Amino acid sequence: MTIGNIYRGREGMVSWALHRITGLGVLLFLLIHIADIYIVRYGAEAFDDLLIIYKGLPFRILEIGLVASVYFHAINGLRVIIIDFWDGAVDRQRELFWAVVVLFTVMFVPTAILMLIAAFD
Amino acid sequence: MRVDVRILRYNPEVDTKPHYENYVVDQEPTDKVLDVLNTIKWYQDGTLSYRRSCAHGVCGSDAMRINGRNALACKLLVQDAGSSITIEPLLGFDVVKDLIVDMEDFWDGYKSIQPFLINNDPPPSGRERIQTPEEREIFDDTTKCIMCAACTTACPITWTNPDFIGPAAIVNAHRFIYDSRDKGGEERLEILNDRNGVWRCRTVFNCTDACPRGIKVTRAIEQVKRTLLYNS
Ligand code: SF4
Ligand code: FES
Repeated sequence: MTIGNIYRGREGMVSWALHRITGLGVLLFLLIHIADIYIVRYGAEAFDDLLIIYKGLPFRILEIGLVASVYFHAINGLRVIIIDFWDGAVDRQRELFWAVVVLFTVMFVPTAILMLIAAFD
Repeated sequence: MRVDVRILRYNPEVDTKPHYENYVVDQEPTDKVLDVLNTIKWYQDGTLSYRRSCAHGVCGSDAMRINGRNALACKLLVQDAGSSITIEPLLGFDVVKDLIVDMEDFWDGYKSIQPFLINNDPPPSGRERIQTPEEREIFDDTTKCIMCAACTTACPITWTNPDFIGPAAIVNAHRFIYDSRDKGGEERLEILNDRNGVWRCRTVFNCTDACPRGIKVTRAIEQVKRTLLYNS
C-alpha cells in the first residue's frame, strides 16, 4: 500500500540517513575484508592474485567511497555523542550538522585528491 | 488566491490502494489549510474525510502531512503552505479513510507511561501540593503537549517499528518524571528503559521539527536517557 511521498525531513533526518548508509558501507567492506583474508588459507600465491583486484582502478575508486563513509560516520558519530550528553548541543543540532559537513569536506577533499593521484599513477 | 490542492485519498470500502485527487480552491492567503479542506468538503466533495475539532491548535485532532511535513492543518496558513499544497495522512499508522489514521498504537504508548499524577501521600492538610517556580520550570516545556501525534508519526523509527513507544509518550512521561509532586518517576523510567523505549531514539529530530507546540521533544528524550544512565 503506497503511503504517498517521502517525508521531507530536515538536517537531522539527512544526517541520520547518511549515518545509516555510511555505516552499512563500512560494514560491507569489513565483510569483504574478512572474506579476502580467509583466502590466505589457500596459500600466499592465491592471496597475491586476489590483491591484483584491489590494485585495479575500480577498487581504488571504491576505496575513496570507503574513506568518505568512515570519515562521515566518525565525525557524525561525534555529533551524536555530543548531543547525547549536552542539552546545548541538542538546541544547536542544525548548526552541528553543518559543522560536520564542513569538517568532512576539509578532511575528505585532500584525502580523495591524494588517493586519486595514487590510483592513476 | 488560487490554490492547487492534491490530497491522498483512500476509502477501504472501494479502493484497493490510495490515490491522489486534485482540487482547485479560492482562498485568502491568511486562511488556514484547514479552511482549504473545509472548502473542498463543503462545496466540492463531501466524501473527503479528516479529523478536526477546535480549529485553533488546541485539541490536536488535525495533524497531517502537508507538503511532506507534519503540521496542524488549523495552524498552518495558506500563504505559508504556498499556492500548491499536497496533503497526505500521517505516516506509520494504518489509514482508516483519507486523512484519518488509526491512532490505537499511539494511545497504547501514551497509556503505558501512566500519564497521571502518582502520589499516595495525602496533600498538606487544607491546601494543594506546592512547588517552586524553579521546580515547575524543569518540566514546563513538556506540559504543553496536545497529543496530536505529529512527532511520533514524523519519526522514521515509528514507520518501521510499531513497538517503539514513540516521542509523544516519552514527552508525557517526562512531564511527570521531573514533577517534584509526583512519586511515580521510578516506575515510568523503568518502562522507558527498554529497547523499544527511549533507547530506540536515533536523534533524527523530525519530532522536534514537527511539534506544532514548539516542544523540544528530542531534548526531553535525551534528558530521560541521561537520567537512566546516571541513576543506574
Ligand atoms: S509533543 Fe508536540 S508533536 Fe508530539 S504529540 Fe505533543 S504536541 Fe503533538
Ligand atoms: S482542529 Fe484542534 S488542533 Fe487543529
